Amino acid sequence: MIKDREPLIFELTEEGKSGFSIPELDVEEKDHIPEELLRKELKGLPEVSEVEIVRHYTALAHYNYSVDEGFYPLGSCTMKYNPKINEKTAGLEGFLLSHPYSPYELVQGNLKLIKTLENILSELTGFPFFTLYPSAGAHGELAGMLMIRKKLELRGNPRKIVLIPDSAHGTNPASSHFAGYDVKEIPSGKEGYLKVETVKEYLNEDIAALMMTNPNTLGVYEREIKEIAETLHKNGSYLYMDGANFNALMGYVKPAELGVDVLHLNLHKTFSTPHGGGGPGAGPVGVAKEFEEVLPIPVIKEMDGKYLPDFNRPNSIGKIRSFYGNFGVLIKALTYLLEMGADGLKKATEFAVLNANYIRENLKSTYELPYKTRTLHEVVFSEDSFKKYGVKTVDIAKRLLDYGIHPPTVYFPLIVHGALMIEPTETESKKTLDIFIETMKKIHKEAETNPELLKEAPHFTPVRRLNEVLAAKKPKLKYKEEEE
Amino acid sequence: MRYFPNSENSVKAMLKSVGVKSVEELFSSIPPSNLTKDKVDYGKPLSEPDIIEFFKKLEGENKVKDYKLFLGGGSYFHHIPEVVNYLSMKGEFVTPYTPYQPEVSQGTLQATFEYQTMISNLTGMEFSNASLYDGATAAAEGLLLAWRVTRKNKFLIAKSLHPEYISTIKTYIKNLNIEFDFIDYDEDGRVSKDDFNKKFNEEIGGILIQSPNFFGIIEDYKWIKDKIGESKTLLISVIAETLSLGILKPPSEFGTDVVVGDAQSFGLYPYFGGPTLGFITTSNKKFLWEMPGRIVGETVDAEGKRGFVLTLSTREQHIRRERATSNICSNQAWCVIRAAIFLSVYGKKGLRELAKQNLIKANYAKKRIKEIGIKIRFNGPIFNEFVIETENAEETHRKLLDKKIVAGIPLRWFYPEDEKGILLTFTEVNKKAEIDELVKALEENK
Repeated sequence: MIKDREPLIFELTEEGKSGFSIPELDVEEKDHIPEELLRKELKGLPEVSEVEIVRHYTALAHYNYSVDEGFYPLGSCTMKYNPKINEKTAGLEGFLLSHPYSPYELVQGNLKLIKTLENILSELTGFPFFTLYPSAGAHGELAGMLMIRKKLELRGNPRKIVLIPDSAHGTNPASSHFAGYDVKEIPSGKEGYLKVETVKEYLNEDIAALMMTNPNTLGVYEREIKEIAETLHKNGSYLYMDGANFNALMGYVKPAELGVDVLHLNLHKTFSTPHGGGGPGAGPVGVAKEFEEVLPIPVIKEMDGKYLPDFNRPNSIGKIRSFYGNFGVLIKALTYLLEMGADGLKKATEFAVLNANYIRENLKSTYELPYKTRTLHEVVFSEDSFKKYGVKTVDIAKRLLDYGIHPPTVYFPLIVHGALMIEPTETESKKTLDIFIETMKKIHKEAETNPELLKEAPHFTPVRRLNEVLAAKKPKLKYKEEEE
Repeated sequence: MRYFPNSENSVKAMLKSVGVKSVEELFSSIPPSNLTKDKVDYGKPLSEPDIIEFFKKLEGENKVKDYKLFLGGGSYFHHIPEVVNYLSMKGEFVTPYTPYQPEVSQGTLQATFEYQTMISNLTGMEFSNASLYDGATAAAEGLLLAWRVTRKNKFLIAKSLHPEYISTIKTYIKNLNIEFDFIDYDEDGRVSKDDFNKKFNEEIGGILIQSPNFFGIIEDYKWIKDKIGESKTLLISVIAETLSLGILKPPSEFGTDVVVGDAQSFGLYPYFGGPTLGFITTSNKKFLWEMPGRIVGETVDAEGKRGFVLTLSTREQHIRRERATSNICSNQAWCVIRAAIFLSVYGKKGLRELAKQNLIKANYAKKRIKEIGIKIRFNGPIFNEFVIETENAEETHRKLLDKKIVAGIPLRWFYPEDEKGILLTFTEVNKKAEIDELVKALEENK
């Protein structure tokens, strides 16, 4: 049962109610610090009982759609099922209660876990070194680009420009910018993959690196990547690979073997740690041998079965954040990797690609497929088949909500007009995909016969279409009693 | 494999529908030269019971349960009410993506709006974003915000800022043509007036000061704000122990411009340092468009009903690409939900009580330790941690370890020249008997 309207927690507040249980103070109460440092009262925090808190957040939970509830084919996000065993292992007290400044002999389990995960990711991708500290994909990109810059600096010239294909995720140019680079966009071409000839046209002594996603955001494998890597290397430039779509390659391709210099993975995508509504994630970065010296500190070293963090690394890019990254996320990814095994991962890749191709095959006569090149784990359709009915991509997406299905990623990649980017992942059955395909066809029919139905969608969600323009025009970012 | 829901028959039917004979054929767009010849191998897959055994063994190699811990320094032990675990573990909070489709994400969005309200009110500010990775990156993002709005590239950072925050800031600003200088601290552990006066001028874009600082001392922002006066320099307050806000004056009362920090204390375990919860708040509407990361705002739906959406997104990387205010995309969304629940549980009264207990217990320990003749390094006021001095800090630390006590953090780990300092932390979870035991052990090993 979904409540029609759940108030804000502040609207449940009444003076004198409380939900906490704190032991009595066992030392003498005294005034220890000057009065002028103390705050008079804590305004604007709730006063509610435990039962109200439970009902409130349970009601809010009901307002959320999630992978646990159903199909979530967000392209480029790899919304695969999140195994429940992950939460069990990551919830063990010995991990939860370990403090980052514990003496190293008390946290050998943690340090060993980090090293074990590094080693498995190395085996999977071919890179000899990994850093697990970046807290998300974009954070990994920044760490990776900083390493590239540092390496170029050590060689004498950091250079000025990073090349990025027009199909890239927005974090790529943003991360390059914060690593101190200008960004030059390059066209990814009619076939949907980058040609080595195109890259050559843009190369000069200012080019520090090329950042490419493989398979790219169209789901297309970058078939000239090896040649591109060679060309870049001849120019003294590096190749960064965004591994957000690594779910398409496990067991088939080890990016290090292609000449990729730096790669980031998303543990919250490919390795099943949950997305949590937008984090915490983890964006480990794998690097080629020559980058060892610039890895972020600390680097965990094993000596005679003892694990120790090494902070004394003069050429390191330094610390990328506090402590050891989103450690809890690392436990979950390791759990998944150990359960799947190498063969299981390969199977996951195969089923992910099969599922995506099944959708492609069954929707391509209804929706417009702008790129005919073979795709791997995802498929992108354009607005061209329904635009003529006055219907937009967003309307298709919102109508899907009425059918209880989460919409695909919309309006991305930018090179496809009104893009619908669908990534089913391997953890969906043919039955689920059939329902999705039928629903997509039905919606297309509705677009033709009753476009208003789509433009006013969703009709059956906890709230109707929300006014995003108003939200940005008159930003209201916190609750204020007096206004209500 | 229990996570693959397709039967053999379904797979066959799907292959047929796609028009290929085998799954491998679907990979024909990958040139053979790109396929690995090196089989991936890292051991046999493990069953669920084997996995539990594996991780219990690893967990067992962490010896944290047998020790009395007096650790803080940016990561704190506080009691987390069971209801925080129970509610935050709901699949509806754990397994959705970023709320791109607000109509089916009102749970995450409303909880985030509630969190933004709570963290804004606690820091005394008007606007909060929906989280950053951690306190260190939040400090860096705070500095970068000041850099954008002031267009000045010189900064001052209190030397007493968390050393890992300082390192992270260095990494973040290194290639952006930004410089900074440290402001030293005095005998009381607070920002030195002399050094401040020497280094402050109108060319400074912002000043970052942490309170309570890394040595546990509560700073006095008042004179600092007075000195800044009418100049355009921004005062950026950093808070690594947000529980202090339960009892200490919020930075807003001193006219601070931006508050950043880590809210790990609000419902997150130490967890070897992560995930934690970075935050940034401000009251200046002009800064809103320069804020990093996601922001949730209130609006109405087509029927006029209240609802929540991600907003002001033209600041962000997916729209503004290399000109975005930050490269951040995924943040610490689930930690936000935990913080909202934690703060709802403790609420107005509980948070104050919790903060008060921290303050009183730490000051009790400080008094006892002073009584046994151990030097307290700084005489400034403290919240829940402070620095003591022994002849050889690391040796003291080691000796107490033999007694199953982790006596804080030897400062030499961060400042190689500091052989005497130890940062000790006391929260509500440290019982009096435990504190007395520590004091006794210190007395025996001065």
